[in-house]
Amino acid sequence: MNDVLVRLRDVSFSYGPDRPVLGGCDFSLKRSERVALLGANGSGKTTLLALIVGLVRPTSGEVEVFGKVRAREADFHEVRARAGLLFQDADDQLFCPTVAEDVAFGPMNLGRSRHEVHEIVAQTLQSLGLAGYEDRITYKLSGGEKRLVALATVLAMEPDVLLLDEPTSGLDDAATQRVVDIIARLPQAMVVVSHDRALLEKLTTRCVRLVEGRLEPVDPGAPKTG
Amino acid sequence: MANASGDSVSLLGSSPSGARRSLVDRLDPRSRIVTAVAFSVVVALFNGFPALGLAMGLAVVAAMLARLRPLTVARRLAPVNALMLLLVAMLPWAVEGRALAALGPFEYTWEGLLRAAAISLKANAVVLALVVLLGTLDIVTLGHAMSHLRVPDKLTHLFLFTVRYLDVLRREYLRLRAAMKTRAFRPRMSGQTCRAYGYLVGMLLVRSLDRSERIVAAMKCRGFRGRFYLLDHFVFAARDAWFGTAALVLLVLLALVEWL
Repeated sequence: MNDVLVRLRDVSFSYGPDRPVLGGCDFSLKRSERVALLGANGSGKTTLLALIVGLVRPTSGEVEVFGKVRAREADFHEVRARAGLLFQDADDQLFCPTVAEDVAFGPMNLGRSRHEVHEIVAQTLQSLGLAGYEDRITYKLSGGEKRLVALATVLAMEPDVLLLDEPTSGLDDAATQRVVDIIARLPQAMVVVSHDRALLEKLTTRCVRLVEGRLEPVDPGAPKTG
Repeated sequence: MANASGDSVSLLGSSPSGARRSLVDRLDPRSRIVTAVAFSVVVALFNGFPALGLAMGLAVVAAMLARLRPLTVARRLAPVNALMLLLVAMLPWAVEGRALAALGPFEYTWEGLLRAAAISLKANAVVLALVVLLGTLDIVTLGHAMSHLRVPDKLTHLFLFTVRYLDVLRREYLRLRAAMKTRAFRPRMSGQTCRAYGYLVGMLLVRSLDRSERIVAAMKCRGFRGRFYLLDHFVFAARDAWFGTAALVLLVLLALVEWL
């Protein structure tokens, strides 16, 4: 098994002929790498993450994840089990009524036994400082709590790669700090989308920016633009 | 919703706390649903006052066993009885019999009044039983119990998703309303008002559709392939067997009172 977890080769994507998003995009994520993904609003950052887990298919180009080229829906089942995507809006991600059920949803789909699932739920919540949240109603949580629970639902699947789409947007300072501290401690390779430079410097090892549908490397010392 | 929910009546809340769990709270939700449905169907068929009175009495006893607060119960029954008042006011004019009052050619009859009273009694007994047996379940448990009772999956999912996203939708609606208000929108009898409301509803629909797509994406990301697994399992205990048997015997007795 090689060291490259995700590789996009010359990937293009458009939402219809008059709305191209990505054009000839190359990207790779290696084991133990943490890549910051920058780019203006609407430049296709979220789309790039969606392409990796097969929520949308490229109009041309190749998506290779965990050493295999993925093209059909069935190819992506394994990808989704091993790559955890954290959505921008936690309300989209938390769809079960209670926290425990939401965290259990992924592991159950992966065919874990009831006993294992209970253990995973307890452990995951514990590790995020959410012990005792099991029976809380998801829509009654605060914004920061929702984000952490959403992260818990992703981590409960024990992913090899994390794709974090603006993990701190809309959170206050305290909640941001908490989320950042937790993400910084995670061992997984990850792609982090954010507009927060300070956050990215703290979390990531490499920086790329989406400009007009292509990725270009960013010099970490460069002044902030876009 | 919050003010209507006492300790054990939780329409959208979490499970009642352990300290105040009443006899009814400790029953298996499945036996409660089955009993509630059986009671409603049987009582709906009754017409005689003795059986209806006994049914009402049973429901009241059950409410006491569930330790429901009288005020909470009254609040739950209020909408039903508002409807029943209408019935008492209207129905007797349409039934023939001994006249109590007359308005021109129309007569307000004793027989009609009796029938309206029977219907009121019936409605109150059924709703009270539902409040006691189902109103004390939190909605999530109700959904799971439905699923365990082999209610079609689609229906159960629809139910649970509705619970989950009702509040999200409401907040979206309030945001849109606020956006309208901050730009000095005031409803008037005008084409512009109609159009604005049209946009509001349309926007809400479009956003819901968008959101549903994102939710499906989130579910797929976590390995969803069309099947829901339930985390909770219910326990059918000895007390459920006793409760079920007692309920059955009482229903049969009620039926005997009505039809013999």
